[in-house]
Amino acid sequence: MIVLAVDVEKQLGAFKLAARFEAAGGVTALFGPSGAGKTSVVNMIAGLLTPDRGSIALDDKVLFDAAAGIKVPPHRRRIGYVFQDGRLFPHLSVRQNLDYGRRMSGRPRDPDEFERIAALLDIGQLLDRRPRLLSGGERQRVAVGRALLMRPRLLLLDEPLASLDAGHKREILPYFVRLRDDAGVPMVYVSHMAGELRRIATNVVRLDAGRVVAAGGLELLDETDADALG
Amino acid sequence: MFDLSPDEWTAVLLSLRVATVATAFALPFGIAIGWLLARTNFWGKTLLDGLVYLPLVLPPVVTGYLLLISFGRKGPIGAFLDQNFGIVFSFRWTGAALSCGVMGFPLMVRPIRLALEAIDRRIEDAAATLGAGRFLVFLTITLPLALPGVIAGAVMCFARALGEFGATITFVSNIPGETQTISAAIYTLMQIPGGDAAAGRLVLVAIVLALAALIASEWFARRAGMRFQGE
Repeated sequence: MIVLAVDVEKQLGAFKLAARFEAAGGVTALFGPSGAGKTSVVNMIAGLLTPDRGSIALDDKVLFDAAAGIKVPPHRRRIGYVFQDGRLFPHLSVRQNLDYGRRMSGRPRDPDEFERIAALLDIGQLLDRRPRLLSGGERQRVAVGRALLMRPRLLLLDEPLASLDAGHKREILPYFVRLRDDAGVPMVYVSHMAGELRRIATNVVRLDAGRVVAAGGLELLDETDADALG
Repeated sequence: MFDLSPDEWTAVLLSLRVATVATAFALPFGIAIGWLLARTNFWGKTLLDGLVYLPLVLPPVVTGYLLLISFGRKGPIGAFLDQNFGIVFSFRWTGAALSCGVMGFPLMVRPIRLALEAIDRRIEDAAATLGAGRFLVFLTITLPLALPGVIAGAVMCFARALGEFGATITFVSNIPGETQTISAAIYTLMQIPGGDAAAGRLVLVAIVLALAALIASEWFARRAGMRFQGE
């Protein structure tokens, strides 16, 4: 079943992005070298960047359609987004960060759900801290929890491990695997690291110079990383 | 603590009331204008920027004169407000608050604008993806992050309003109990023989109030800043 259908074009300075792909459930890897336009594509799905042409649909709901003049604003898309740099709210505690999506949607508190996700990500002991005092790995786990607790229809992860050192990467990757197997939210996982994607992705879209060059299974992840392929 | 006469107390309390009201009414405008200058681009922005800072560079007597001809009873805005809402500025303490607010406004807008410009817009994007519309993002993310600047701006405006003299006396004159603030009272006392001692007492009060405002702003700004560091 197709969950996400993307067909977008955008001129970004001298760079032309023209990407078209579909994603089923599970974890879709958006794989390609740095500068291939991966983050731009994800920003368009989230609604933070507006394509010049094309359309984006999620679960049969049109989020964007240039021809029809449809543009659902980011706060109405219910798409969770884990940024490369976490982007936790510095003036709120971890608990308030996690709770932010629920508060904005006006849903009542659900302690069970909160407990479950805090346990899934092992962040229960961090709840009263400020983001400033977290390690890189803790910060990214909180960012994932924050995105999950808004009950997203889709989870976007943009190089969520890129800002971490090798040790922290090893520490956090199992949580993503757990997330894939337990949370049941379709994900788009952006990375240029084949090794990381091999652990977590279920299908692969390869992006290069603003175009989708291949889509399929894990065999598209070559032995080397995308940056080495050029 | 201060051996003030009832008339002197009246001037001190009036000054505090005028400065508080001026700051409270200026604050929403200060935030709105600061936001416009920090975040938007529109035709005439340079003009608005200039207008906001004008009271800082104009002779205060000119600002007072302009207020008189526009907000006075016969001025277009003053007459309109009087007839439709019963709000009168001329020769009232409300007029003193208006002129103090106008004079303090540039000092208020500047730190607010700088604080808004310093905020990482990507944090606001993150809030949007979590379901917050633009106004909620402003209320829950932008404003709290800009709080140290907002407080600094409010205190600067308050301190300026406490000391305002030229524009106020030009606009609403120097009426004891109505528009005679500390500055105006000191000026009056210095005109009468033997008023030096009383003037000196009020000078002392002015210094203490100004210092207290500065210390309070420092304390608030530090507390607001502390929230980002973690306890």
